[in-house]
Amino acid sequence: MSRFSRMLIAVAGVLLGGMLVFPLWSIGLVAPQYPEGLGMVIGIHTITGQNPQDLNNINELNHYIGMKVIDPNAIPELRVMPWIVGALILLALVAAAWGKRSLVIGWLVGLFALGVAGLVDFWRWTYDFGHNLDVEHAIIKMPGTVYQPPILGSKQILNFTATSWPSLGAWLAVAAFVAGLIALLMARRGTPAAPSAIRPRHTASSSTLATDIAPATG
Amino acid sequence: MSHPVRRIVFGVVGTTLVGGLLFACRTSTPTLNNAVSGDAASRVYVAPGKKDEFYAFMSGGFSGQVSVYGLPSGRLMKVIPVFSQDPEEGWGYDEESKGMLQTSYGFVPWDDSHHPELSQTDGVPNGKWLFINGNNTPRIARIDLGRFETQEILQIPNSAGNHSSPFTTPDGKYVVAGTRFSVPIPNNRDESIASYKQNFKGTISFVRADQPGKMDVAFQILVPGFDYDLGHAGKAVSDGWFFFTTYNTEQAHTKLEANASQNDKDFIAAIDYKRAEACVAGGKAKPMPANYTHNTLDEHSGIAHVEKKTSVTILDPKDCDGLMYFLPTAKSPHGVDVDPTGEYIVGNGKLASVITVHSFTKMKKAIADKAFDKVIDGIPVLKYEAVVAGEVKNPGLGPLHTEFDGKGYAYTSMFISSEIVKWKLGTWEVVDRIPTYYAIGHLMIPGGDSRKPWGKYVVALNKITKDRYLPTGPLMFQSAQLYDISGDKMKLLLDFPMIGEPHYAQALPASLINSVKFNKLAENTNPWAVKSEAEGGISRQGKVVHVKLAAIRSHFSPDNIEGIQVGDTVYFHVTNIEQDWDIVHGFAVLGNTDASELILPPGETRTLKWIPRSVAVYPFYCTDFCSALHQEMQGYIRVSPAGSTVPLVASINDHPLNHMTMPGMATRPGAAAGQMNNMNGSGGRP
Repeated sequence: MSRFSRMLIAVAGVLLGGMLVFPLWSIGLVAPQYPEGLGMVIGIHTITGQNPQDLNNINELNHYIGMKVIDPNAIPELRVMPWIVGALILLALVAAAWGKRSLVIGWLVGLFALGVAGLVDFWRWTYDFGHNLDVEHAIIKMPGTVYQPPILGSKQILNFTATSWPSLGAWLAVAAFVAGLIALLMARRGTPAAPSAIRPRHTASSSTLATDIAPATG
Repeated sequence: MSHPVRRIVFGVVGTTLVGGLLFACRTSTPTLNNAVSGDAASRVYVAPGKKDEFYAFMSGGFSGQVSVYGLPSGRLMKVIPVFSQDPEEGWGYDEESKGMLQTSYGFVPWDDSHHPELSQTDGVPNGKWLFINGNNTPRIARIDLGRFETQEILQIPNSAGNHSSPFTTPDGKYVVAGTRFSVPIPNNRDESIASYKQNFKGTISFVRADQPGKMDVAFQILVPGFDYDLGHAGKAVSDGWFFFTTYNTEQAHTKLEANASQNDKDFIAAIDYKRAEACVAGGKAKPMPANYTHNTLDEHSGIAHVEKKTSVTILDPKDCDGLMYFLPTAKSPHGVDVDPTGEYIVGNGKLASVITVHSFTKMKKAIADKAFDKVIDGIPVLKYEAVVAGEVKNPGLGPLHTEFDGKGYAYTSMFISSEIVKWKLGTWEVVDRIPTYYAIGHLMIPGGDSRKPWGKYVVALNKITKDRYLPTGPLMFQSAQLYDISGDKMKLLLDFPMIGEPHYAQALPASLINSVKFNKLAENTNPWAVKSEAEGGISRQGKVVHVKLAAIRSHFSPDNIEGIQVGDTVYFHVTNIEQDWDIVHGFAVLGNTDASELILPPGETRTLKWIPRSVAVYPFYCTDFCSALHQEMQGYIRVSPAGSTVPLVASINDHPLNHMTMPGMATRPGAAAGQMNNMNGSGGRP
């Protein structure tokens, strides 16, 4: 692999480190009596409120509809995820040091799989919270109402508008994936090319890739 | 009223009669000066959801409280309980805050609050605190402007009426308290009232006010037995001096209306308080026994602590040369106001035909030249000509107060001719006048008594309302008007009612205030607080029962209580364990003769006292509509006959909560309970 590709895969590893530091996803809730909003921030190893008390207050409101308490300690994936991401960071750095294309391919597949699995898991949890209500003790029962928040975009749930978007950590993971893919494509050329020759190709491929990837990871 | 008419009338008859005539004239031409300018509505319109530019704090007068308005909209946003019990918030009713209204006379649940004063840094309001005086039972309160809550009340000893208070020094080190009523000092003698001239004295107190929770009378100056009416600190060039108006320099003790209105000139007392500090430091002052209280509200526990004080430092001007001078000022001056440069000291002689303006520079020269008329009790009276800078001629009738716009103009309220008069500093010429509705007392420009006024509006705070609003019987709210003063001519913009009787007011830009949303439950140090529903519980100590309850949407924990007996004294310690902005709960018990309700901001604990007097089942419930299930937020207390064997149980969902550990019992029995006004039944007196 070219030196440039190896540097790029190292950069991808560093970018992936952002997943450990920055929030991955956030769900905002706005209602007539919550103009300031309530927010839930999902990180690699925990779930917190946008403001310190928000998670408690969301749980407080959820008890009216019989929703389970959102307790980060009860979600085992949050224990495992940091290790998986840590391993992927390490693998990127190893690939950069070793310079083997197969490692880069492995890394890309691994990261892609993690993204898909993460989103599926996220959806599964929101489905569980939104559907498996304690109907017997629920104070407010609205037949036909589904309380599952969206994964992407906005949805009206009773008086709340819930909006869900990836946060910085997730965007950095996307950037890491793109960087890794570029590294792989460049490595396929075998030798370092003159910058003037490579630039147009480089730009074209990265923009194509971005649109290809967006639906899969986003 | 046109000017010639006023002058003719003024020249012919006495001022009181003129007041009557003016009202009569106005009745016959009610709309003469009532016009507002075309764009007034848009100038005061603050659209729904938008916020006002200024916070205005109006004294409540005989309501004893402070009301908070937005300007320019004139919207009432809050009433802050200060000196008066307030059942709406439980202020002075719940066990935590009762101590704030303690005095050396006992529990005084009312006062007459006159003059709000914003704390200052370098002569400019800083948005930290608001001070206000209690006139009746001399006190000064400090209100925290993060929580909009009264957190400290200091009683003023050797004072029988605290009117000239609590004006601040530009550095915020002191607020002052001058006596409206002179009395024998110390006032513990059986003295003849007719011996007023020999035995009655006034005091002027300098109160340390720059450390929250540590207000303290630094020293009191013993002054002649006049009435000390209002005050203002010097600033900029006159920094280090304080000015007080006096009336009744005749020292009348009866029918003051006439007997205290004989002298053509009374005095402005000028005090060099840096000199006073030097004399006190130099041992010239003496301690005097005195009984007064210093009450502080702990922000984290919400509990008032009552400190009894027994001594005060007294400084006699005879023992401290150069401490104090009298400036002759036309007649019975009310307000004394210092312009933003500190050079001009305006005496608003309420019975005078001119407004007297003194020059600080001339005053200093007169002192250096010893240009004295006479000496009263060791205090030199300076020659009028030696100190006066100018007189505003024919300003109107009954000048009371002056504020400044920072652009070289002064605005004086005219009680009798019911108008605001704008005049120019230096030339003393009247440049504009505008009617007020009716009989204006104080007037207020945001920062208008500070070094840097925000000279955009002036508010008239009036004494008479009459026909301004829909009539509400013999008693009506008092009226305020808002005027635009950004141009050459004052323009009437808005008219709005205010609670109580606003005397003075203060205002500052909203950006200077940092309002708190709620207290953190984790920082609640009330010994009776619960941090979770499971911590609710009950315990008995003889005839006293303590119940700890958590309030959270939409229930109390516990909500069923049994084992209470007739004649028990029950304390409900309720904690709102919510941590969400503006989620407030209340608590009230049927037929409670011992307190009002409780109102509980998030994260805070309040205690309600209740003595059940008959066997029954008593409901309790949340009084603040907190949630969709607010109407379900209720519980029951079973009261059994005295000596009953019904066990003491507090439960929720038929699940008994543990008998709780009493706060402080493990270490010091009763210590924590004792912090809160003797909650074991000794009547809540210090």
